[in-house]
Amino acid sequence: MSLKRVAMPVQDPLIRQTNFNEVSLGYSEEMAVDEAKRCINCINKPCISGCPVSVNIPEFINLIVKHDYEQAYKIITKTNSLPAICGRVCPQETQCEAKCIRGIKAEAISIGRLERFVADCHLKNGEYIEHISIVNGHKVAVIGSGPAGLSCANDLIHLGYSVNIFEALHTPGGVLVYGIPEFRLPKEVVESEIENLKKLGVEIQTNMVIGKILTVGDLEKMGYEAIFIGTGAGLPNFMGIVGEDLIGVYSANEFLTRINLMKAYLDEYDTPIKKGKNVAVIGGGNVAIDAARCAKRLGADHVFIIYRRSIEEMPARMEEINHAKEEGIIFKLQCNPIRINSNDKGEVSAIECVNMELGEIDSSGRRRPHVINNSNHVLEVDTVIIAIGTSPNPLIKNTTDELQTNNQGCFIVNDQLLTSKLGVYAGGDAVTGAATVILAMAAGKQAAKSIHEYLLNKY
Amino acid sequence: MNVILKKAQLNQHTVLYELEAPYIAKKANAGQFIILRINEFGERIPLTIADYNRDLGTITIIFQTVGKTTLDLARLNVGDSIQDVVGPLGTSSHFEKVKKVIVIGGGVGCAIAYPQAKTLFKCGIDIDIVAGFRTHELIILEDEMRQVCNRLFICTDDGSYKEKGLVTDILKRLLDEEKNYDLVIAIGPLVMMKYICKLTELYHIKTIVSLNPVMVDGTGMCGGCRVRVDGKIKFACVDGPDFDGLLVDFDELINRNNFYKEEEKHMCKLFGGK
Ligand SMILES: Cc1cc2nc3c(=O)[nH]c(=O)nc-3n(C[C@H](O)[C@H](O)[C@H](O)COP(=O)(O)OP(=O)(O)OC[C@H]3O[C@@H](n4cnc5c(N)ncnc54)[C@H](O)[C@@H]3O)c2cc1C
Ligand SMILES: Cc1cc2nc3c(=O)[nH]c(=O)nc-3n(C[C@H](O)[C@H](O)[C@H](O)COP(=O)(O)OP(=O)(O)OC[C@H]3O[C@@H](n4cnc5c(N)ncnc54)[C@H](O)[C@@H]3O)c2cc1C
Ligand code: SF4
Ligand code: SF4
Ligand code: FES
Repeated sequence: MSLKRVAMPVQDPLIRQTNFNEVSLGYSEEMAVDEAKRCINCINKPCISGCPVSVNIPEFINLIVKHDYEQAYKIITKTNSLPAICGRVCPQETQCEAKCIRGIKAEAISIGRLERFVADCHLKNGEYIEHISIVNGHKVAVIGSGPAGLSCANDLIHLGYSVNIFEALHTPGGVLVYGIPEFRLPKEVVESEIENLKKLGVEIQTNMVIGKILTVGDLEKMGYEAIFIGTGAGLPNFMGIVGEDLIGVYSANEFLTRINLMKAYLDEYDTPIKKGKNVAVIGGGNVAIDAARCAKRLGADHVFIIYRRSIEEMPARMEEINHAKEEGIIFKLQCNPIRINSNDKGEVSAIECVNMELGEIDSSGRRRPHVINNSNHVLEVDTVIIAIGTSPNPLIKNTTDELQTNNQGCFIVNDQLLTSKLGVYAGGDAVTGAATVILAMAAGKQAAKSIHEYLLNKY
Repeated sequence: MNVILKKAQLNQHTVLYELEAPYIAKKANAGQFIILRINEFGERIPLTIADYNRDLGTITIIFQTVGKTTLDLARLNVGDSIQDVVGPLGTSSHFEKVKKVIVIGGGVGCAIAYPQAKTLFKCGIDIDIVAGFRTHELIILEDEMRQVCNRLFICTDDGSYKEKGLVTDILKRLLDEEKNYDLVIAIGPLVMMKYICKLTELYHIKTIVSLNPVMVDGTGMCGGCRVRVDGKIKFACVDGPDFDGLLVDFDELINRNNFYKEEEKHMCKLFGGK
């Protein structure tokens, strides 16, 4: 049995840095079956404990070996309603795959890639599963259509509730559509997952900013008996350094929204975007890597990622860091910007940085960076993208008296994801701060379960 | 989808639409705005809610054609619909304990100033309106404004109608003549608002301005609309668009509003473009 996993075919780095098509091309049937055969079907299934939604991993992998992909799909979707998305963007290496037994002496099974294979097979050839709708006559509102809201709606509709999703933007999907770029997660995949939900009867109303057009109180008055808040953590942080307001400085959210949601890279769309020649991206998470790779694809000559710690501390997925390196993104590590300089037109001309050394371990478990004296240096750039994190948006909290948040603006909830207001639940990034797709989905599922219990007790 | 119920051409460059938008009409207040997207390929652009009718479920927008999106928008007709309209966004204007107010509108800024004047006038507050335009043909909302104030002063840059001069000239005269104004509300090109604030600062009069940075989502998600007020970063779409004008860093905003000058390939005739 092979020690190594079956490699994922990818677009050539030189070609892919000029287009927005998906980088990872997906396993062929033969590759998937070969990889699936590497799973030894462990008795105690440690991999499952690594998955936040407990996908029955060995069972679905075993069905791939038997070429029964549709059945494999049914197994996955028992607990994961968005497998085509998770198979692509889950940080598998720290979750399911980190627990895989085979990972001890060889390479772990490529669980994510197999999950993607099964989901893509279903999207391509799968039969439509008719939903036998049990309607229990109770109404639930879901605010936000990111992975948390979508998975909550999915579970609730299966339990017989009528579910209405209210989304602020003009397209549903949350970060899946406005943040994560096409080349990592094709929007078609997200759309078809959302179409499935609609077919099940979930109603999605876009352009509905809750807290403005309707408040949580209004929703209650309209007869929604429980409410789930899955509004994410979309508020961008800035650094507060000189020059952040120059022409050419973006928050990663603005840059990525213009590209992904508003399709600035396609000629037929009106959305304007600055196509920088030399671009600096500040930050070390998935968001920074995505922004850098987008900038490269818009035609930049040099794209720098400026991060104050070392590559080991980077929160971004290793696979994405490697893809970025292959595409020619330059990593300026242990480096921190202190100001952005401008030309006489008020545009960015350069970014001034200092070097950092790593000292003692801090509360985040990572080594704390310190400035190295006299290490100031200047990088000539015309665009700066700030990707140093986001916080939850205060719109709903500010318009709902009883809702409590912590000092980061995250909703305070108990184990059942109940907020400080009866009947109102919250989960995903809105509760945890910026985290992952699968954790947001797990929260959506938990909330659906809690809402069901709450309403069962009430009636 | 929001259907256009009424269309009026206010002048060569300014169009008024009444849109079907029942939910927005229910919640809208003076000072708030919507963001619209004409179709799948369009930009999202912010426009002030110039008026609303809660019973009929309609809102009114008044816009000047300055670029691609506003030109496309002006080409629509009654019965057509706009794909996406989201709102009411921003905080509504709050004016506490004011008795006598000067409302200043510059160009299409009058469309934004008008609902504010109307709201205050209805509360029994003394209102003087100063409206400035480049030339006679560009004058909008004259009758409407006259009905919501004690005195209406109109000026044109070229003297082709009423007084020749700038709104700041009339403002200075009013402030010299009468001492009991307790608020100035100024809406128009950034440069105009900047000079108004320079003047009112000398007279120690509180001045509210309505800012118009480039926006995308309008919910606090992109940070594109950030402005510096009293040294702090504020997001105009959620913290504004109204701000205390004496605390706003206008030069920074004037610069930032040229962000897409190259990309838009034309000069902004509306708001402070250079
Ligand atoms: C660029 C980028 C790359 C990422 N890459 C990865 C990755 O590779 N793997 C991974 O696991 N995670 C990744 N993440 C993180 C992941 O996307 C998030 O953790 C996840 O999407 C959170 O889901 P959510 O449902 O809580 O919120 P979101 O996805 O943020 O969705 C919230 C939704 O609520 C809407 N909303 C907000 N306020 C309101 C309101 N008042 N009324 C109505 N609607 C509202 C928003 O418009 C949005 O659509 C990435 C994030 C970003 C930004
Ligand atoms: C809160 C707010 C309320 C506004 N209310 C009105 C109104 O009632 N009537 C009216 O005529 N205009 C209003 N504007 C300005 C209006 O949004 C712009 O004129 C419009 O976006 C121009 O789009 P365009 O494609 O036609 O022109 P473009 O060619 O795209 O741009 C012309 C200029 O408009 C500005 N602009 C462009 N895109 C945006 C954007 N997405 N957000 C903000 N500004 C932008 C820029 O400074 C640009 O230089 C308002 C702006 C804001 C922020
Ligand atoms: S959902 Fe994510 S963590 Fe769970 S099995 Fe699939 S890839 Fe692994
Ligand atoms: S731990 Fe690895 S080898 Fe074992 S069942 Fe799970 S995926 Fe298969
Ligand atoms: S428009 Fe995006 S934060 Fe204000």
